[in-house]
Amino acid sequence: MAVIKKLKAVKIEQNHLLGIQDISFSQVSDILKQAKTFITLNKSSSKKMDILRGKTQINLFFEPSTRTQSSFELAGKRLGADVMSMNIVNSAIKKGETLIDTAMTLNAMHPDIIVIRHQDSGAPNLLSQKVNCAVINAGDGRREHPTQALLDALTIINRRGKIEGLRIAICGDILHSRVARSNIYLMNMLGAEVNVVAPKTLMPHSIERLGVKSFTDMKKGLDKCDIVMMLRLQNERMQGSFLPSAREYYEFFGLTPDKLKMAKKDALIMHPGPMNRGVEIDTNLADDINRSVIREQVELGVAIRMACLKIFCKKI
Amino acid sequence: MKEKYLINARIIDPKNNLDELGGLIIDSKGLIKAAGRKVSNGNLPSKVEKIDLKKQVLIPGIVDMRVFVGEPGYEYKENFRTLSNAALSGGVTSIVSMPNTSPAIDNVSMVDFLKRRGRDKSKINIYPTATLTKNTDGKQMTEFGLLKRKGIVAFTDGIKTVQDPQIMLRIMSFASQSNSLIIQHAQDNILSDGGLINEGEVSTRLGLKGIPSLAEKIIVERDLSLLEEYFCRYHISQISSGKTVSVIKKAKDEGKIFSTGVSINNLTLNENDIGDFKTFLKLSPPLRTENDRKTLVKAVNEGIIDVIVSDHKPEDEESKRLTFSQAATGASGVETLLPLALELFHNKSIKLMKLIEAITSNPAKILGVDKGTLQKGKDADLCIFDINKPWMVNKSELKSKSKNTPIENRKLQGQVTKTFIKGELAYEKI
Repeated sequence: MAVIKKLKAVKIEQNHLLGIQDISFSQVSDILKQAKTFITLNKSSSKKMDILRGKTQINLFFEPSTRTQSSFELAGKRLGADVMSMNIVNSAIKKGETLIDTAMTLNAMHPDIIVIRHQDSGAPNLLSQKVNCAVINAGDGRREHPTQALLDALTIINRRGKIEGLRIAICGDILHSRVARSNIYLMNMLGAEVNVVAPKTLMPHSIERLGVKSFTDMKKGLDKCDIVMMLRLQNERMQGSFLPSAREYYEFFGLTPDKLKMAKKDALIMHPGPMNRGVEIDTNLADDINRSVIREQVELGVAIRMACLKIFCKKI
Repeated sequence: MKEKYLINARIIDPKNNLDELGGLIIDSKGLIKAAGRKVSNGNLPSKVEKIDLKKQVLIPGIVDMRVFVGEPGYEYKENFRTLSNAALSGGVTSIVSMPNTSPAIDNVSMVDFLKRRGRDKSKINIYPTATLTKNTDGKQMTEFGLLKRKGIVAFTDGIKTVQDPQIMLRIMSFASQSNSLIIQHAQDNILSDGGLINEGEVSTRLGLKGIPSLAEKIIVERDLSLLEEYFCRYHISQISSGKTVSVIKKAKDEGKIFSTGVSINNLTLNENDIGDFKTFLKLSPPLRTENDRKTLVKAVNEGIIDVIVSDHKPEDEESKRLTFSQAATGASGVETLLPLALELFHNKSIKLMKLIEAITSNPAKILGVDKGTLQKGKDADLCIFDINKPWMVNKSELKSKSKNTPIENRKLQGQVTKTFIKGELAYEKI
């Protein structure tokens, strides 16, 4: 009797990096561990590896970005992948193509990784349902920016050895910030105590439900903090009715030496960039090599993105 | 037409506070001849046509006060024929159509078009509304008197709210002369600007701009204040938050006369159902918290909210397969209104009589139409359902042209088996 072999369709579960909310502690540990090995590599004279040789990485940036896009591009290239950055200005999206159609088109080119930044929260989630490659979120709306939070964590670990038990203040426009959200989830996951500081008009509804303490008095929010993370204040918020003026904002929510005194003596200053000097941060503090780790954040960003590309490119 | 005898049913007629085992006789003109326990097998002539309903429930045909039809302009989303089929399969025999078409229903000639299309293409009763303001721009009021004379049952800007209090005041003032019914979709534009879902923990987590419940409450409070000075027939289309319920309860206690509706979606779903950006649950008003949902359910049970609507808003797949902020707002639902509402009966949240009342006699009374009852002499528009029948919502089996149901794969209990329009069997579940 002929035996008919039934071939079962196996759905390959694809692993995506959509947000810190969607990954586990062990995945975070793997990424951080892996990234550490890339820090030294990035400082050596020969930076190229062939871990991702033959793999294709597409950067799909719907929003302008300098550091994140170049960081991802460099990360992919250093790992040996073929990296293509789509220029949205010239693409079919401007001709009215939907995100799903763009995704299907790109998918037909068999990429292994798509790195996406989009102005709409949830766009990477939608994309991940429609393609069969790994999707890495490089920032979606005001929802998440996971690699930024991971590189912030790596920077802190690099300086302080650990995150557990630290007190971290995130200050500024929390309402519109995906960096704030990803950092809240990640720093909580890694055992830090998180304070958020913002004027009431820029504080999201029910933010305490995310496991943070919220402050409108910056001095109280910075009290005994180990880390002070400043967020960029977008200028359009100033012209809107969120704030009376840049002057008023700087007076009460800008990071000045006077307010910084409330934090621990050796507290580190962080900023995801680009900075508005004199609006959210005193220009001398931003450049203080003993306190500010802003440039180090950019440097470690490449290592983190290399780690993410390597780990998420692998199909499990 | 031969006389029909529907026997062995549980007859529920909220208007006459009737809930008993019995039957119903449809006369040769399609009108109800008798209903209730007096119509039983024993005392009927033996040679007539009898339909044994096997203890199923017989209620007046459902009157759905908020339904969007695609005609004219959006025929690809829903036309009168597909709407009629969808409605009948859900036991809905009368619908109030929203005027947000292209062009909008804001003048007399459009009403003629609607009536003609409705008559030719559908079996159900279509009660059209017209806009409150020309092209729903919120500025120039429509011709209430002339439109009402043409057969418009109510005036509403549908998905829009009249924002300007001065214009609202004049609308109320002018419309009262023709005793026209004003229906308001309550949402302040500025407070809800750019908002996508309920403002709260979920909107913070998903990174979506929130719509505060204040945006609804403030319009309801404004309109109820205006109503004190400029009385007219006033109905709030569908509310979503517990805060608004408090405002309404207080106003009703003070003796103000108006009525309120709620969408079945806001009674059976909450913001958590949006999950991973499910665009089919992008609704207006938005789904709110579980506490809001519970408060709304309680308000229906206590009679603070008068009407349950399907808020049937067909949207084609293309306009839903987008990111959450780009996706269209609204969900289809006319055919699942009753089964979904029965969930609230089965889980003992709302009494059956109250539930039926909110979809039959109450809307009919508010609209001033001769429907929603099993009284002798009325049209035999009937809905018959098996109250316990379990089934699962399957998108592909829905009759509506658009399949944007918010309750795909939901397990429901209770299904419509037969629908009669003017004494004729118009739908039968096979």
